[in-house]
Amino acid sequence: MLQALADGILTGSIIALGAIGLTLTMGILRFANFAHAELITWGAYMALGVLAITGVFAGPIGPFSFGLPLILATLVAAVLTAALALVVDYLVFRPLRSHTNHMTVVFSSFGVSLLVRMVILLIFGGSAEYYSDELQIAVRLMPGLRVMPDHLFTLGLTLVIVIALHFFLQRTRLGLSMRALAENPDLVRINGIDTRTVVRWTWIIGAALAAVAGVLYGMTVQLRPEIGFQLLLPLFAAAILGGVGNVFGAVVGGLIVGLAESFSVLFIPAGYKMAVPFIILLAVLYVRPSGLFGGMRGGAK
Amino acid sequence: MSGYIAYLVFFLIVALTYSIVVMGLNLQWGFTGLFNAGVVGFFAIGAYGTAVLTGPDRAELIGGFGLPFPVGVIGGMILSTLAALVVGLATLRLREEYLAISTFGIAISIQLVALNFDTLTGGAQGLTGIPRPLFATFGSPGAYNLFYLGLVATVAAVVYFGLQAALHSPWGRLLKAIREDETAAASLGKNPAMVRLQAFVLGSTLMGLAGGLYVGFIGYVSPMDFLPILTFQIWAMLIVGGSGNNRGAIVGAVGVWALWTMSGFAISRLLPVEYQSQGGAIQVIIIGLLIVLTLLFRPRGLIGEAQSVSRHVS
Repeated sequence: MLQALADGILTGSIIALGAIGLTLTMGILRFANFAHAELITWGAYMALGVLAITGVFAGPIGPFSFGLPLILATLVAAVLTAALALVVDYLVFRPLRSHTNHMTVVFSSFGVSLLVRMVILLIFGGSAEYYSDELQIAVRLMPGLRVMPDHLFTLGLTLVIVIALHFFLQRTRLGLSMRALAENPDLVRINGIDTRTVVRWTWIIGAALAAVAGVLYGMTVQLRPEIGFQLLLPLFAAAILGGVGNVFGAVVGGLIVGLAESFSVLFIPAGYKMAVPFIILLAVLYVRPSGLFGGMRGGAK
Repeated sequence: MSGYIAYLVFFLIVALTYSIVVMGLNLQWGFTGLFNAGVVGFFAIGAYGTAVLTGPDRAELIGGFGLPFPVGVIGGMILSTLAALVVGLATLRLREEYLAISTFGIAISIQLVALNFDTLTGGAQGLTGIPRPLFATFGSPGAYNLFYLGLVATVAAVVYFGLQAALHSPWGRLLKAIREDETAAASLGKNPAMVRLQAFVLGSTLMGLAGGLYVGFIGYVSPMDFLPILTFQIWAMLIVGGSGNNRGAIVGAVGVWALWTMSGFAISRLLPVEYQSQGGAIQVIIIGLLIVLTLLFRPRGLIGEAQSVSRHVS
């Protein structure tokens, strides 16, 4: 029981990081980006690529399985992921945004996700990869609960990022204009705010968070080209459960989805675990489509 | 020479089966603007439903009712209809994205059931030995395949003319009206959510029908036949052929399926052995590029939707 709780919180916090970016783009750019989960895969593999190319290997820090190189690689990966998001937006989404049927953009994101996944498969191959072959010794926190130091790091980092993002959205001018754009785009334009800058920063923040989520996922599970595809449904479930555009909601939604997945194994065969987010999603859509905490206006019809 | 013709017959059976799926998707996307991201799920339900209902009885399986083929296909279609109702009722009053996300989810869930519910679906091995309708009547496999091509072509033609009739009826005009301007349609007293639900469910039922035909031809089902990539292939067929036009849907189905099989053939011939495992990725990239480039540079596709103007306008 306790172990399932710990595992659930861990996967939940990774889902939460990915869902924050998704909920921001859904709220501000007003479309469900099916390619968002591929940004997670891309970020994770870019970090792997940087590690492989530079080959620098300082020893791991303290009890963790990673050291400075992976942290630096994650930063580079975040930049590369943001670059990918901006390039895709420029080449594909922006030209299609003026299309009469706005679902065309959603559909094109479906195509983009496929392309990104296959390019990764082509470059890195399909087999599982790891950042490090260091064996980690689990720490026993209390009877019946063992955690890896890496997992505690993941939790801590998620917490720090969520708090930082909260202050960014509440206190800074850019954060406020992002929220405003989600609430009422016309009013934002009238006030002379350059919406293109805001959109650009939305992509950068969402992509950087996705890259971090990807590295954390790769660190706790393993790297495969399908990780984004497998995370897509949990991300959507978390974002919609928390209310589209609602950052705090996405975090709670992510934790709920993660916990539900890990507890589901106690009741149903493990093979059906991936269907749990779908059940949650359907339940939310039937009972409370605006999500637990209500979303920004960008989430409403 | 006869080898090529036999292959051509085989190719056309599969392509025309897919064309029925594409026409179902065309009803959803081309005429109503509904994004179905789980096409493969509805196709798979029809296939598995037919297989379970018509398959031979086996001790370890729940299914195997040995029912006649048409009953099996209709059963599969009903199951697809029910699945479409589950996601349709949840989402069609909401923002359009929610339908896309839920259909994606149901396709994944169906794949999990196919893989894990061994006593119903045969798990990873699938169900084999599904009787092929009227197989004993024909002397040779070649003659049988010709018969089956005739069957699939007839069903595809019935679906085509049925859809054309429906689309030129007041109901068809209503679909387009809602796609173009929902508020205007609603202000005329129409119920957009209800009409969307009808189009979505009918389209998904057609996908189930195609699934049943597919099983009748190949004689087995396994999860490997219903991978998520099939959803992309069907979409590519619709977008390339020209969404909003059922002739385009058929042309796209045959064209894209030809491109897919030929690229697979070329890759297996040309690519060095050590890169063969990546060959599949190249094939998929071609499909992905085809979709994105068509959307950007030729949004109407090869044929595209015909301009329709009321005959009362002179």
